[in-house]
Amino acid sequence: MTDSGEGHAAPPDPATDEEAGEIRAADLGRWLREFARLVRANRDLLTALDSAIGDADHGLNLDRGMTAVVIELDAAPRISSPATLLRTAGMTLVRTVGGASGPLYGTLLMRMAAACSAPTLSAEELAIGLRAGLDGVTARGRARPGEKTLLDALEPACAALDSALAEGTSLGVALHAARAAADAGRDATTAMVARKGRASYLGERSVGHQDPGATSMALLVTAAATSLGEPADSATAGAPGSD
Amino acid sequence: MVALVVVSHSRALARAALGLAEQMLTTRRPPIELAAGLDEQTYGTDATAIAAAITVADAASEGDGVVVLTDLGSAVLSADLALELLDDGLRERVVLSPGPLVEGLVMAAVTAATGADLTRVAAVAADALMPKQAALGRRTPSAGQDDLS
Repeated sequence: MTDSGEGHAAPPDPATDEEAGEIRAADLGRWLREFARLVRANRDLLTALDSAIGDADHGLNLDRGMTAVVIELDAAPRISSPATLLRTAGMTLVRTVGGASGPLYGTLLMRMAAACSAPTLSAEELAIGLRAGLDGVTARGRARPGEKTLLDALEPACAALDSALAEGTSLGVALHAARAAADAGRDATTAMVARKGRASYLGERSVGHQDPGATSMALLVTAAATSLGEPADSATAGAPGSD
Repeated sequence: MVALVVVSHSRALARAALGLAEQMLTTRRPPIELAAGLDEQTYGTDATAIAAAITVADAASEGDGVVVLTDLGSAVLSADLALELLDDGLRERVVLSPGPLVEGLVMAAVTAATGADLTRVAAVAADALMPKQAALGRRTPSAGQDDLS
């Protein structure tokens, strides 16, 4: 088992220089690979959080799913459309995760795919896609923010991304704002009473525990900030937007 | 004949529930498909497996429709997602039952075996806790610790 795949994701494609700032399928692949790496690194934490208020499998399930996604990406390195890549990843999660995060993360990525039909995505199109994913997850779980679910990280992240882009900031700055919002939303779940999923069986006893789904969702947003926040070609360690 | 699909986190649980229902199905039996567990040992549900099971069940039902029984948690979410993976025409003949897995399956199977239509089978599955509730009353202590101590 290796964490290979970082740093080599961009295929040689002379067209990309002319489209700096555009998000290609390969960039989304780097995002999902980074998410897989973060899930692996936080697997025990996610499972420990889930053991407190759920069925103690969130880290294991999501790690199994994202490992399968990376295998799919490795097997099909030439996926050239964002929609195909997102749909492939979403279907893989649906097949392999097993727990609630399978249909929820699967729905997120598949609805993003449906909303991202262009061959490359602008920052605004990415935000629209993520918003479509949020709407899909909301409908799937019949949930809303404040119920101690992954929506408590995803919804503020979408809101922060939308508002930052509306102010004309770069994608990198906007994604870092989204990351901060997701992290704050994740932290806020600790004080919430669970209203959805198995944690809701605990009622008031769920208070005081950080939600595992919101925790993994914050990792997905963190992965976006670190992998999509800067153009792949200038992936030096410098701060975004520091000109 | 209306067909049934059993969705559970556990393959063993789905098989056992089916076995319980089969005790009641001596002469005629409806088509019943299982979509349970990620494999023999691993708990989990898979929307693509559920969609495939529904498709097989639908073919066996010859258009009479499919009632899907689920256990808990992600079984419901995965079954809901599975509906999106089906053809539009098929989706209209599928009902996700809010009924309990074991009682719902047994009562739906017995009812489907009589040749009842989709609406009837779905209604029976949804109300499958009623006999037990009638027998025991609904003395559910309101979830507070006071009632349980």
